[in-house]
Amino acid sequence: MSANLSAIFYLISGVLFILALRGLSSPETSRQGNFFGILGMTIAITVTFLSIGSFSSGLIYVLIFLSVGGLIGAFIAYKIPMTAMPELVAGFHSLVGLSAVLVAISAFLNPEAFNLGSSGNIKFASLIEMSIGAAVGAITFSGSIIAFLKLQGIMSGSPITFKGQHLFNALLLISIIVLTYLLCSSQSSEFFWILLAVSFLIGFLLIIPIGGADMPVVISMLNSYSGWAAAGIGFTLENSALIITGALVGSSGAILSYIMCKGMNRSFFNVILGGFGATEQSASSVDKEHRPVKSGNAEDAAFLMKNASSVIIVPGYGMAVAQAQHALREMVDTLKKNDIKVTYAIHPVAGRMPGHMNVLLAEANVPYDEVFELEEINNDFANADVAFVIGANDVTNPAAKNDPQSPIYGMPVLDVEKCKSVLFVKRSLSPGYAGIDNDLFYKENTLMLFADAKKMTEEITKNL
Amino acid sequence: MEIDPFIFRLSIFILSIFIGYYVVWSVTPSLHTPLMSVTNAISSVIIVGAIIAGLAGNLDGDLTISNIFGFLAISLAAVNIFGGFLVTQRMLQMYKKKKKDK
Repeated sequence: MSANLSAIFYLISGVLFILALRGLSSPETSRQGNFFGILGMTIAITVTFLSIGSFSSGLIYVLIFLSVGGLIGAFIAYKIPMTAMPELVAGFHSLVGLSAVLVAISAFLNPEAFNLGSSGNIKFASLIEMSIGAAVGAITFSGSIIAFLKLQGIMSGSPITFKGQHLFNALLLISIIVLTYLLCSSQSSEFFWILLAVSFLIGFLLIIPIGGADMPVVISMLNSYSGWAAAGIGFTLENSALIITGALVGSSGAILSYIMCKGMNRSFFNVILGGFGATEQSASSVDKEHRPVKSGNAEDAAFLMKNASSVIIVPGYGMAVAQAQHALREMVDTLKKNDIKVTYAIHPVAGRMPGHMNVLLAEANVPYDEVFELEEINNDFANADVAFVIGANDVTNPAAKNDPQSPIYGMPVLDVEKCKSVLFVKRSLSPGYAGIDNDLFYKENTLMLFADAKKMTEEITKNL
Repeated sequence: MEIDPFIFRLSIFILSIFIGYYVVWSVTPSLHTPLMSVTNAISSVIIVGAIIAGLAGNLDGDLTISNIFGFLAISLAAVNIFGGFLVTQRMLQMYKKKKKDK
């Protein structure tokens, strides 16, 4: 296949990827969008095989590795529980990063195969593109591994900080630029390996100071990085499909990071520099300890809800941890049989990744037209009888609206307190991720239900 | 003077960033998780580079280190492609509308 023809096919698969993302603008068109994505990928892979033409002895290995990887991927896709989606996405990001690194290494070792010049005499521009692709890929890889370990609970979710951390990171970043320069001017491979090692280190150091609940930003950011890494390799390979896709994914991740940061009213740099929630904790828990709290049991909750005419459910990360989404849906079904109107309110940063709660509710067969975003539903709390908060905390805290001293002041929150009564399913009174007390716990119309989210929901259903 | 082909690639890149910007803003927030998994799958089109690396021949026909790195990259990208698209498919199947008749 001629180079021009294959370039046109790569362009077609790039366009199909754009359509794949476009399909996600509504659930009805999304499945078709995914089909376009698969089609684009099939075209890109087929064209690559055809354009090489004469196959070396490597062909058999290529096919073996392709099918082994494919089988593993398919197996994971069918087995993974929906609650583990953040870990899965973080894990997948690390694979994109690592494969970008591997491709860059093989291009560096065998530049003839990629039309980049000869070993020790690689084109200047290609070296820069390669270095960028490899460095960003390496950062994506080690950063995603840390994110994965934190989400999986293997590594503590609390921020890890040390003195001079930011200065050290800044120095490492500068050294990347210096190393790229040295690599281009000397062509010597040592600089390439050092560059890779430093990049792996940066990815690691960049993510360890960031706490568990900031993971939505981290995952989106790494998503963005994996795109930029792909684009860098795309420039090296002079492949438009890779350049288009890299740019799409890069901007997609950047937008998601922006939406997540806005959902917490924090700047991107504030999140990236990390350490949030580690300092405030001690100060706030002292003075408010002894306020009275009304706590109840499943019967009280069932009684309140039975007499309500509309209920709004506010799910949070706690629901995912307790795997309570199915139990919750059963409770809602029972409520609906009693002609009670039920809707769901989702805060943008609920859960550990963008859209996390929506997927869990969809898994539990909750129709998506009963699920609303913060702006759509916030005015309805004033007219609702009961707000049922399950596993959420900071996103309902009124301090974000009326306490300028609070670390979360200015963050958009769900106006849960405007409901006639509020039910809080929580395991204890402990503060949420931001390390601050929630005034809502002590309000007259709040009833605390101290239990595991799943057990409590099941018991309420029995009592309805 | 002739324009360097790099400039054309840069143009594709910049325009695609803008396309990405507008397309992704139109994605409904409830589909943000499938958005992440599908972007994951499509960014694995990097497999194109891995296949080139894996199939690059030398004169003796022996496998080189460069080939082996290519093979590894192929399997990693393949995990992502199949895993990413299939898990997106699985998620999207779950998004259903309310049944009107009851």
